[in-house]
Amino acid sequence: MKVTLFSTCLVDMFQSNVGKATVEVLERLGCVIDFPESQVCCGQPAYNSGYVNEAKEPMKRMIETFKDAEYIVTPSGSCAAMFKEYPHVFKGDEKWEQKAISIAERTYELSQFIVDVLKIEDVGARLEGTAAYHTSCHMTRLLHVTDAPFTLLKHVKGLEVVPLPGAHNCCGFGGTFSVKMGQISEQMVDEKVMSISGTKADYLIGGDAGCLINIGGRIERKGMPIKSMHLAEVLNSR
Amino acid sequence: MPMKIGTENFKERVDSGIQNDFMRAAVSGAQERLHGRRLAAAEELGNWEEWRSHGEEIRQHVLENLDYYLDQLAENVVKLGGHVFFAETAEDANTYIKEVIQKKNGKKVVKSKSMVTEEINLNAALEEVGCEVLETDLGEYILQIDEHDPPSHIVAPALHKNKEQIRDVFKEKLGYTKTENPDELTAHVREILREKFLHADIGITGCNFAVAETGSISLVTNEGNADLVTSLPKTQITVMGMERVVPTYEELEVLVSLLTRSAVGQRLTSYITVLTGPKQVHEVDGPEEFHLVIVDNGRSKILGTEFQSVLQCIRCAACVNVCPVYRHVGGHAYGSIYSGPIGAVLSPLLGGYEDYKELPYASSLCAACTDACPVKIPLHELLLRHRQVIVEKEGKAPISEKLAMKAFGLGAASPMLYKFGSKIAPSAMSPFTTGTSISKGPGPLKAWTESREFPAPNKERFRDWFKSRDKEGEKS
Ligand code: SF4
Repeated sequence: MKVTLFSTCLVDMFQSNVGKATVEVLERLGCVIDFPESQVCCGQPAYNSGYVNEAKEPMKRMIETFKDAEYIVTPSGSCAAMFKEYPHVFKGDEKWEQKAISIAERTYELSQFIVDVLKIEDVGARLEGTAAYHTSCHMTRLLHVTDAPFTLLKHVKGLEVVPLPGAHNCCGFGGTFSVKMGQISEQMVDEKVMSISGTKADYLIGGDAGCLINIGGRIERKGMPIKSMHLAEVLNSR
Repeated sequence: MPMKIGTENFKERVDSGIQNDFMRAAVSGAQERLHGRRLAAAEELGNWEEWRSHGEEIRQHVLENLDYYLDQLAENVVKLGGHVFFAETAEDANTYIKEVIQKKNGKKVVKSKSMVTEEINLNAALEEVGCEVLETDLGEYILQIDEHDPPSHIVAPALHKNKEQIRDVFKEKLGYTKTENPDELTAHVREILREKFLHADIGITGCNFAVAETGSISLVTNEGNADLVTSLPKTQITVMGMERVVPTYEELEVLVSLLTRSAVGQRLTSYITVLTGPKQVHEVDGPEEFHLVIVDNGRSKILGTEFQSVLQCIRCAACVNVCPVYRHVGGHAYGSIYSGPIGAVLSPLLGGYEDYKELPYASSLCAACTDACPVKIPLHELLLRHRQVIVEKEGKAPISEKLAMKAFGLGAASPMLYKFGSKIAPSAMSPFTTGTSISKGPGPLKAWTESREFPAPNKERFRDWFKSRDKEGEKS
């Protein structure tokens, strides 16, 4: 099966390990990966700050880049949700609306793709220890992917996923919110980190690089012995 | 209390919210209790999503036909012998109510809980003309005797206070001598209020929903105070936001079910009262005179705009009770009697962007509000629309941000520029980097690194890795 990878800019620039892990896991599951070089940012930072016109330029570029892809897969719930939002953004735009709908329909978040399309629940991963899983807001509430990550994690040998109190609360990332409202964001991430540390888990796992950079950055600042890992990295552990 | 509360600016309000440990403990405790209860109450219905869709449909239908239903409502109230007044502004509403009270020579006013009377600042208007106004909802009463402390929550106005603080207010203001036990606190207030009810000449209520077909108004409470407000005084004045109407009892039932479950996680509240006009000849109780004041105060300007769905709101506060921002800053930080997500959407619409331009940004867009809303208002999307209006129409965004976003538009849209920018990032950030992370970032990163590490850009980007790997593959 041919998969066209949408790496996301956070992964491309800051978490290249996550990109590598995504490629390796999917290849092991029999996919052939294509990575179109012309991909840029999905436009979310500008769009979510109210700069809709500015956001449309990179969005159009992304639509062009992915227009022939069969399956568009991305290791991010938030960026997948942004692609799904494109039809809304280009509503009524004769030239772009249909194209936007078409790429939205073919977009999948990594765990969703593995479970729903490849129909695989056990990717053959192994990781010793206990983990708290952060259910990121855009993955669960906008993309409605709630079970797939847990299904995959359940089959990771040696790994025990422990319940995380207040799991439904946002970690305070929110893109530009984290700097625009830095003080409020700090309270939110601090509460999240305290609940994670209360579980005594060895790992914090998540499916969105933004949240992981946020939570992981706070964990690091506090010097806590918790390792943050992206879902793709966990699935690629053997 | 007018809609706007306090004189501090947004940053100061947020600061005092975050530093108020008592408030934060009270709020997060309440959120957790209410969260579980709401989910259980929704679960119990079995098909919650269908109920939500039905609720949304009803509210949308009413808003699309608002003039029709308001006409029908007014006609039926008048038929029953009541009076109806359409108030375009807060001032119009207050003037009318003052006149009614003065004509009756009224002095002692008892009120049940109503957000719209807070919005129009009715109490102050009545006190100016010499009325004694008494709030009879327990939460409102606590705030009133505590030097008019503003409400911090649309359903539980005194949510920011814990029971020890309430005991102290009672000690100071009422000479209370007992403990912080809620039963004792309540019993004390009950004694005081009973007496006041008996001597009141005017009763003022809000209105959860008015029923157009019968000319009725409904009140949803847990304390029963609204029933005393509407049965003891000879004159009753009900004030409602113009959008709070339903066609018939059938829709009322759906919305009340959604309201009580979403607001407090109850199947029904202790009292759900439906009142139809003044006392009729064959009836034994009820007010002799009944006035319905229908308040616009900026609502009709929202109709027909991209923000219309905010008028679907049934003021259940489910969005407030799940909001992580509200959880940490509390209601007063919003600077409006309407706090939380609904407040962040509604306050700029009713009160203008000048006073409320920060509110749409005080959200991580986590969408917990949208998910919780029983009438499916897309709250986080409306916050985004506000941001767009602030940037495009109001011109209230900082210049530096505008330039950055322009550059973003250009840079992110061009694969070449994007590649170039991401390639030079590691060296641009190197002065701030130790090991793999940045502890003291420049520019906008400063706000981040005050509380967190930020990762240094990877020396080898993912795309470089992928390319080199492809090449290797080709070679072998
Ligand atoms: S916006 Fe929705 S959830 Fe919030 S108070 Fe209104 S009806 Fe309730």
